[in-house]
Amino acid sequence: MADSGSEDIAVIGNTDLTPSESQNNLKNTMVEKGTSLLKKMEISVAEAEKRTGKNAVNMQETYTVYLIETRPVDAASEGTSPVPDSLWRRYSEFELLRNYLLVTYPFVVVPPLPEKRAEFVWHKLSADNMDPDFVERRRVGLENFLLRVASHPVLARDNIFYLFLTEEKAWKETVFETGFQAKADSRLKALNATFRVKNPDKRFAEMKHYGDELQAVVSQLLRVRARAADRLYGVYKVHGNYGRVFSEWSAIEKEMGDGLQSAGHHMDAYAASIDDILEEEEHYADQLKEYLFYADALRAVCRKHELTQYELETAVQDLSSKKQQREELATGTVRTFSLKGMTSKLFGQETPEQREAKLKMLETQIEEGEEMVKDRNVECEEFVKGAWTDIERFKEQKDHDLREALISYAIMQISMCKKGIQVWNNAKECFSKM
Amino acid sequence: MSVPAVDNTVSSGNASVAIPADMSGQMLDLDEDDDLEVFSKDTTITDGSSFNASMQTSPASMINQYKFEEEEEDVGTKDIFVTVDNPESHVTAIETYITYRVMTKTTRSEFDSSEFEVRRRYQDFLWLKGRLEEAHPTLIVHPLPEKFVMKGMVERFNEDFIETRRRALHRFLNRIAEHPIFSSTEDFKIFLTAASEELISHKKQGPGFLSRMGETVKAVAASVRGVRNRPEEFNDMQEYVEAFSQKINSLDKVTQRIIREQREYLEELKECGPTYTLWSNSEQELAEPLKNMADCLDRCYKETDEQVKQLNDQLSPALHEYVLCTETLKAVIRRRDNIQADFEAKTEALATKKADREADSKVLSLAWDSLVGRSPEEVKQQRQQKLKAEIKEMKDDLEKLEDRLEWANNALKSDWTRWNKVMRTDLRSAFVDTAERNVSYYEKCLAIWESFLHSQRTDAEANGKADFS
Repeated sequence: MADSGSEDIAVIGNTDLTPSESQNNLKNTMVEKGTSLLKKMEISVAEAEKRTGKNAVNMQETYTVYLIETRPVDAASEGTSPVPDSLWRRYSEFELLRNYLLVTYPFVVVPPLPEKRAEFVWHKLSADNMDPDFVERRRVGLENFLLRVASHPVLARDNIFYLFLTEEKAWKETVFETGFQAKADSRLKALNATFRVKNPDKRFAEMKHYGDELQAVVSQLLRVRARAADRLYGVYKVHGNYGRVFSEWSAIEKEMGDGLQSAGHHMDAYAASIDDILEEEEHYADQLKEYLFYADALRAVCRKHELTQYELETAVQDLSSKKQQREELATGTVRTFSLKGMTSKLFGQETPEQREAKLKMLETQIEEGEEMVKDRNVECEEFVKGAWTDIERFKEQKDHDLREALISYAIMQISMCKKGIQVWNNAKECFSKM
Repeated sequence: MSVPAVDNTVSSGNASVAIPADMSGQMLDLDEDDDLEVFSKDTTITDGSSFNASMQTSPASMINQYKFEEEEEDVGTKDIFVTVDNPESHVTAIETYITYRVMTKTTRSEFDSSEFEVRRRYQDFLWLKGRLEEAHPTLIVHPLPEKFVMKGMVERFNEDFIETRRRALHRFLNRIAEHPIFSSTEDFKIFLTAASEELISHKKQGPGFLSRMGETVKAVAASVRGVRNRPEEFNDMQEYVEAFSQKINSLDKVTQRIIREQREYLEELKECGPTYTLWSNSEQELAEPLKNMADCLDRCYKETDEQVKQLNDQLSPALHEYVLCTETLKAVIRRRDNIQADFEAKTEALATKKADREADSKVLSLAWDSLVGRSPEEVKQQRQQKLKAEIKEMKDDLEKLEDRLEWANNALKSDWTRWNKVMRTDLRSAFVDTAERNVSYYEKCLAIWESFLHSQRTDAEANGKADFS
């Protein structure tokens, strides 16, 4: 492959890329795209540790904390490697940060966190949150999250995010002080209510639909992949039995003994090789999972747009009905049915003073209403603009990342095939000595 | 030429002949010198006629017949080629069965022509095997594929089953053809050359039901009796066979398990490609790479399917044949033991008889005999004469049995060496082939994934995306 002479595509030419190298490439891409934050600061989630402590209901619990390290970029380039600034955070704090970002930047497709609980497991992986492999993969996922945020043109500039990276103790307080929680609650309520938009924006509707499809298909892919991995594990492991039997058999043979014995060792090696292979494949699964969760974030933005539009439509509707009421009151004609109209018919007309007061109130309301509509229009327009920019950015990122993921998957398969060729060639040599 | 009734007991009518009757079949075939090639390159046998004359020779010289040397396996000296192919189904009122075409090409002179083509069914192969085993109880006959395969409810007329069976039958006949003794038997020749009706009539000439029953009874009796002084090498042989049997059974099972696991893997793998295709329908930029991915996975699926098929069609039957072989080996060892047990029993009987005679000579006649009017001396004389005759007969029997035992032992020893070599070759090539196929499988998959990378690279170049670092 590399012989075709093209040096410019390092990744493809080098088929021996390991997942960590691949991850590095991703990081470098993000850094190079370069927000000002990343230009200044190196961010990593270096370690994970178990802690025990009392929780909110005063019960003992065990949880994991992650070490976030930050280092000024200049220092590294000068050749000196100073001790990085660091602080410990738990998963729940990451969640808090993300919720804050979701509420504060509703038009942004906010990067997802790694999964809370292990899903799409195949039999070897334990679904236990305390399992070291799970913790390690979560560490990588959290680092990825931070880098994604840090490389986002809008999110990277957020102060709360900056404080998350630099201010260990006071951060939680500061976040709550922003009052985002209240906003979050009201938004959540509104979003969960059923509402229908009169003139849905076609683009957003399509995006939402795409988000649905993406989520469905990636879920299915992850499931299928996990099952196939499980089966492949079985195939490789059973070959270990060959190793055992060859070894036993070699004990009763004279001329065949040596060949059998050494062939047996290769069978054992073959059986053992699947562990690393599937470990690597998990990284690919993680990349898919990120976009599974991204699909959700995308849908959330579309839904929020719907809400924004609905609120605008509601405001417009309110305004027009108020205007109508004014007209009716002014001209004395009742065009539409209203309770007021009914009662006045039943119980007599209002006095001119009452009418005057009502008209005045309506005028104020109409004024307010027009302001509201104006604001909401602006809101909507800004949202659409911001969202659409971010969606375009997201699309490009997704296409790039997923393509990379597919390429790294192919590289993994190639590596697996090479191992297979080597083992079976060795085995063949041993067998021919039988 | 019809083969005389094969009877494992030494017929007393041929008292002067040192060889058991079952050897006579071969003897009649060996008219020409050419056939010496088949038997032995040992120069102690100087001319072909010594074989005919060997009717008088001791078993010792017959040992030489069984010295199978390296050169015999050389394809260059192979003078008979047998193939089994072309299965066909036959339907009669009573049954449906399959026949196979058996083609023979040979330069051997005892064959009337150089090419033969006949059709045979499984029953015929069974018959041949039975005849060879009866004629040579301590030689190792390559196993036939099993009559029925219960696992997976494979039907007898299923294509794969028939093909697997055909291959096994082909191997069976080739092993027979390669065997120095078996390949020159009349039964083998008739099997290869006779027209169907001829074969049927020939089959009828075999030992009758009663004689076979007699054999079974004797065998059971002998095995109950047991062997006393089994030679060390046969103990070693038995130990080896037991251990080998265990190992080969394990290997067979492991292989079956691998095939099962691979098939389940294939089930899952089958769904991967289509899922990527489904995804590609929702994408624009990604549609192309996703479709490529789907394509690669589909191709990998095909390769994996091929690989499992070969595992199932080549390695598995090869191992299974040796599982069946171990049964044959155990039977052969048992039969040899029976001969020895028989010999030991008769030796004891002779000793007892001799002791009787000794004891008897000291005893005077009973009162009864004097009643009948014979003198005590007369009666004693008569008894002694009778005993003497009995003892002579037993001695003669015993001598023949001793020859037979020695011959059986040597036959087994030589054929054992031969079998070991064949086993080694067979299993070695089965595993080497499997390893080769696995290498080839991985090479094909490697090429598939490299083509994916290549397509991505050319795509990238086309889209002007040169930098991926």
